Amino acid sequence: MSSTPLLEVKDLRVEFPTRRGTLVAVDGVSFSIAPGEVLGVVGESGAGKSLTGMAIIGLLEPPGRIAAGEIRLEGERIDHLPGNQMRKIRGRRIGAIFQDPLTSLNPLYTVGDQLVETILTHLDVSRNEARSRALKLLAEVGIPAPEARIGHYPHQFSGGMRQRVVIALALCAEPRLIVADEPTTALDVSIQAQIIALLKRLARDHGTAVMLITHDMGVIAETADRVAVMYAGRLAELGPVREVIHQPRHPYTAGLMGSIPKIGAVKRHSRLVQIDGAMPRLNAIPPGCAFNPRCPKRFGRCIVERPEPLPVGNALASCWLYSDERR
Amino acid sequence: MNVDNHPLVRLIDVGRDFDVSRPWLNRVVEGAPRQLLRAVDGVSFEVRQGETLALVGESGCGKSTVARLIVGLYRLSRGRIEFDSMDLAAPGTDAAALRRRMQMIFQDPYASLNPRWRVRDIVAEPIRVLGLAASPQAERDRVAQLLRQVGLSPDDGEKYPHEFSGGQRQRISIARALSGNPEFLVCDEPTSALDVSVQAQILNLMSELQERLGLTYLFISHNLAVVSHIADRVGVMYLGRVVELAEAERLFAAPRHPYTRMLMDAIPDLQMTGKARTPVAGEVPNPLDPPAGCAFNPRCPHANERCRVERPRLLGEGTAAVACHAVEERRLSA
Amino acid sequence: MAAVAGWLRRAWENDLAWSFRRSPVTILAAFLTLVCVGSALFAPWVAPHNPFDSATLNLSDGFTPPAWSAKGTAKYLLGTDDQGRDLLSTIMYGARISLGVGLAAVLFSATLGVSLGLLSGYLGGRLDAFIMRVADIQLSFPAILIALLIDGMTRVALPREVHDQIAIYVLVLAIGVSGWVQYARTVRGSTLVEKNKEYVQAARVIGRHPLAIMLRHVLPNVTGPVLVIATIHIATAIITEATLSFLGVGVPPTQPSLGTLVRIGNDFLISGEWWITVFPGLALIVLVLSVNLLGDWLRDALNPKLR
Repeated sequence: MSSTPLLEVKDLRVEFPTRRGTLVAVDGVSFSIAPGEVLGVVGESGAGKSLTGMAIIGLLEPPGRIAAGEIRLEGERIDHLPGNQMRKIRGRRIGAIFQDPLTSLNPLYTVGDQLVETILTHLDVSRNEARSRALKLLAEVGIPAPEARIGHYPHQFSGGMRQRVVIALALCAEPRLIVADEPTTALDVSIQAQIIALLKRLARDHGTAVMLITHDMGVIAETADRVAVMYAGRLAELGPVREVIHQPRHPYTAGLMGSIPKIGAVKRHSRLVQIDGAMPRLNAIPPGCAFNPRCPKRFGRCIVERPEPLPVGNALASCWLYSDERR
Repeated sequence: MNVDNHPLVRLIDVGRDFDVSRPWLNRVVEGAPRQLLRAVDGVSFEVRQGETLALVGESGCGKSTVARLIVGLYRLSRGRIEFDSMDLAAPGTDAAALRRRMQMIFQDPYASLNPRWRVRDIVAEPIRVLGLAASPQAERDRVAQLLRQVGLSPDDGEKYPHEFSGGQRQRISIARALSGNPEFLVCDEPTSALDVSVQAQILNLMSELQERLGLTYLFISHNLAVVSHIADRVGVMYLGRVVELAEAERLFAAPRHPYTRMLMDAIPDLQMTGKARTPVAGEVPNPLDPPAGCAFNPRCPHANERCRVERPRLLGEGTAAVACHAVEERRLSA
Repeated sequence: MAAVAGWLRRAWENDLAWSFRRSPVTILAAFLTLVCVGSALFAPWVAPHNPFDSATLNLSDGFTPPAWSAKGTAKYLLGTDDQGRDLLSTIMYGARISLGVGLAAVLFSATLGVSLGLLSGYLGGRLDAFIMRVADIQLSFPAILIALLIDGMTRVALPREVHDQIAIYVLVLAIGVSGWVQYARTVRGSTLVEKNKEYVQAARVIGRHPLAIMLRHVLPNVTGPVLVIATIHIATAIITEATLSFLGVGVPPTQPSLGTLVRIGNDFLISGEWWITVFPGLALIVLVLSVNLLGDWLRDALNPKLR
């Protein structure tokens, strides 16, 4: 792997000014993605993972805005680019896949039209060349009989097929990074498996890095190389996927892994590990560590001082349990 | 946990069709045919008192329709449903009285509570309709007791649903369902819209309540892992039919129907043991035009001529039944 | 006491109140509406004269111009009409009729429209098809024509004295019937959406009667847009009544509304006594405009997407 990360996010802070005060939805999050790597960003609703993705693509809805921090794509800063420059980057160097395949495609244009238009916008090729690339892509994402289906409208495809088309659309300008926000959540389990396998294969074949945002740990386990766990807008843990899943350091990650039902668990009707309480709302984040009211392992420092990501093993955990004095 | 062998609910050859034809005028002008969607086709099973029977399947398999047929939200097109050994549709039966002994919990916590009603009114509605409280004070006490039972505070009764999170709303739904003192609870994907940690809380709560109150559950889900934690028996549905029905332990240890096997394989592997997976083929066919014979045959690696022509029947007892020719003919390795 | 103060404070902080405070146009519109409604409501106490008491009328005071012009007097601020009636007072009493008919018609329209929309949306089937077809047919006629039709039919059917007595009620009925469709359509649409939500299904599982479900569950959730439609409809109803009265087929001349006044005054426009028609006309405009602006604000304030 090369030393310059493809994507580098440093101390990202996303805020929403409201008339009742400013809400901080993403608070000082830092991570990087190497070329060709799949980084999973996992968290429950309200954790801020989707907003992080939106900030990177440059699609934050006003009044939301990037209040602080840097986002660097291949070394260049992209967080405060003006609209027209961001547009060039979006699609060409960063591709996006969203959750709902039904609304990700324009129902009034054929699939072929949308692919060709995107290719022509970003790549300097002839229309014929664009069309043959589109056909190749459709075949690559597993659409049977691409010659026939390139002229079809989105509603003529099933859900899983539509998501494949969306993936093709994200890939067609040959981006270096794909941001996928819950790409399989709206799909059936058997289709999910197909789409996950497809994403993995394509990322490997094209050398594209993927930022996979999801709430589903199982999808992360199958697809990601590293995983970032988010809680209340902050980074709780970041590390290689095997390590975070089998040896979670942060008590929240441990609780999360425990509450996931698994087949073949110890006993039928065994009680699932539960974390009492709920993730705090953005306007009610406690001082110190955001997770401290629910944490079985908290102590004095956790209530007053907000932890920063501390190295432990090959991972980083934002938890005072791993500070020098507690080891 | 007592599992009595007396069937509380019985479905016999139940079917439900939806008329999805184009409007009459269009049909006349364009000469288009009537189109009937067979959402549920020939489903039979029992739910025994005190047990949790789970119905699993992907979207469009008919499991939610079965749930709604049982509680009476849809009318049967074919077959019959018996509750406590009495046919719900027979002319002499007091179906309303029988239906009062069952309740339903819904999937979407944001749409299952009336946004304009206070929580105490939402929870008290069954009490009022069924006349279960002797006085307004008795009603208030009962509502407070129910809220505490589901892990909320009696003061929450004064609030409106939008002041609560998804998990808390589901607790309110459960409190409402319990306020009519039902014996049987139909749960339609009650945790699918919740975060994983909240799901764990709700599943634990439902298990406790079942033990404490002696409830019987029909649990609908698309998530096999969730089902493995809560179910005694599991029924797998595909395109409106039951393809396998077995005790949970047996089903998860050794699934027999090819579709069940495919579903199990498709579950993302948290253990990452890197086990080899059977290639997963195709998608669910259009329910308006189901394949002839066995509905799964186009995607099945073990399909033969008979599978394409003859629809397999569910063979075996309620603890280990499969609808598959390959299994019947012993063509499948265990 | 503290509870009331707390409630008042919360109401002030409320999103709706905040959006109201931010818009000077809306505050002005609300103020003007309040003035019009107030003077109309309290006319018998607030009006300087009673224009309908023939004992106080003095024919020689007729055609007095407004107070600020040469021959005007402070006694008649806006002048008098041909019969010596104080214009300011007649406008106040006229506004009473205009507002009264407008509000009553809207109430009737809304009740009829919301009920039919609710039944149509919830019960569906042939009842829905029938009601919607009737609505479609009615929409192919201009509302004024419908009102004229109903009014005209009753005039023909009933002898003059009877008609005069119930003219106002017939007018309310006519304008009311001409306007129910927009309520019905909106409520039907919202009902169709709410009907499929799980809280309605839960009520069905509990075993509630469809009528109870419609009234207690669905109705509170579909009335949002109705308020906005009604506010704007008041303005339309007032104008419709004014038009009908102007044409001579509205309120009887013994109870003149603002429209009637405009008509009466119209005859004197050419001969130079402009104030007899212009001031009632202005009053009408101010009333309708303020109510309209208020309705506009309400629609935007209640629209969750714009927030």
